[in-house]
Amino acid sequence: MIEVKNLHFIYSTGLEALKGINLTIDDGEFLAVMGQNGAGKTTLVKHFNGLLKPTIGEVLVDGVSTREVSVAKLARNVGFVFQNPDHQLFSETVEDEIAFALKNFGFEENVIKKQVDWALNLLDILQYRKTSPFMLSGGERKRVALASILAWDPKVIILDEPTIGQDHQQKEKLQQFILQLNAQKKTVVVVTHDVEFVAECNPRVLVMNQGKILSEGLAEKILTNKDLIAQASIVPPQITQIFLELVDLGLPTDVIDVHEATKILLNRLRKSP
Amino acid sequence: MSIIETKELTYTYPGATNSSIQKVSISINKGDFVILTGPSGCGKTTLCRCFNGLIPHFYNGTLDGEIVVAGLNVVDHKIHEFARHVGLVFQNPENQLFALSVEKDVAFGLENVAMPRDEMRDRVNWALKITGISDLAERAPDELSGGQQQRVAIASVLAMQPDIMILDEPTSFLDPLGAQTIFEVINEFNKKLGITIILVEHRLDLAAKYANRVIVMDNGKVVLSGSPREIFTSEEARLIGVGIPKATKLYQHLLQRGIRLQNIPVTPDQAAKSLREVLTHD
Repeated sequence: MIEVKNLHFIYSTGLEALKGINLTIDDGEFLAVMGQNGAGKTTLVKHFNGLLKPTIGEVLVDGVSTREVSVAKLARNVGFVFQNPDHQLFSETVEDEIAFALKNFGFEENVIKKQVDWALNLLDILQYRKTSPFMLSGGERKRVALASILAWDPKVIILDEPTIGQDHQQKEKLQQFILQLNAQKKTVVVVTHDVEFVAECNPRVLVMNQGKILSEGLAEKILTNKDLIAQASIVPPQITQIFLELVDLGLPTDVIDVHEATKILLNRLRKSP
Repeated sequence: MSIIETKELTYTYPGATNSSIQKVSISINKGDFVILTGPSGCGKTTLCRCFNGLIPHFYNGTLDGEIVVAGLNVVDHKIHEFARHVGLVFQNPENQLFALSVEKDVAFGLENVAMPRDEMRDRVNWALKITGISDLAERAPDELSGGQQQRVAIASVLAMQPDIMILDEPTSFLDPLGAQTIFEVINEFNKKLGITIILVEHRLDLAAKYANRVIVMDNGKVVLSGSPREIFTSEEARLIGVGIPKATKLYQHLLQRGIRLQNIPVTPDQAAKSLREVLTHD
């Protein structure tokens, strides 16, 4: 779905934010991009919908180079939810905000209405339909931003730090929701610092460091490699930290999930005399 | 000794029909490290705005009940009188930063209280150093990443060395190690200088170990208040949807299956220690 070939990106200030990235994201894949502040995560994903164009190398979306298509056209396939919802929201009401892109894509009035209702419902913001997005809390604004992207049903959804400002319940819903999108064969790319969130979703993880890919693999392999992730300012999930402390007792070191941890501990305790 | 005291505090924003906070009565002691949590939109940020007089003086609206902060009745004193006592780090750093350079942003509050030049310079350098952004001193805040801006916002409040620091999700844009460093800096202030900390946070995994008290709000009301252990193991907290640290969750999962650890863990270290006991004893 997305192919990145020898991608370099240099900002006008001279900062080389990406230094030769090679990456393939398959159709229907769920990828988490992690790494230190300033590692180039957001710069990388902004290439996926053409917001940024490569200085060197290329990015292909559905086989087409992002240099050759406009952002508006790419947007139909690739939805981007910004880190800071205030960079995205501008309409007078939540409803208008969500309808905006649908109107631009030329959907019919009845389709727009249906999609807006669907998205409002999905993200639990139906009651704010006529409210100004700027009257809402940070977490709620974030959900409006997400709803406005999902409403037009893009194939690829990029979420830059979706869990910021979300309370625990909303985070769990969001998590279910992302897994559900992925189950529906949507390609999902999440930029996140939230290790517990990644531990619960267990996606493929890409770790970036200083504009390069440091490592990639399944979450349970990456997040349990303490030395590797320390280089990217990531702290292992709490469950992993507990198991790493107890490694001398013969417990496995690749556990990230609380349910699995409980099972392993019960087995151990029941076996002992 | 209580440094913040509210009685039946109720506030309604101008033009709103419902009150954002309702009959909140709390007492926070000097030197407390409080985590204030609860679902989005439950009134946490609104309550924090009362602590430095932004409510009612800036936002207007209707305030009922009583609130005394650092010995000052909030209704009778102006916002600037709270500046020395209460530092507020906003949820979104962009709403806080405005100067042309990081250094000037951090110095702004000190200029306002007319601190002598040399002392001001020392204080600014100290705040930049402790938050790990000395190299950004000359940069424009609006060119920085979200995480860097968050550090600047924290530095500018730290520089004032207030009696009370209120931080509204101060590390949301930071990577985990960066967040941990910031929490440790805040913790040091709390433990060494006795600065009272009120931390608004959903991600309790990282912050829980520093706090001596957790206050949970829901629908504009304070519904729970107690030690982290009490709150994290309470059924009400689970129902409201408080993000219980995984270490505590593991304790609960084991308890449901008949295994009781000696202590209720809040951190991975504590959980590992208790688990080691049961694993090596049987």
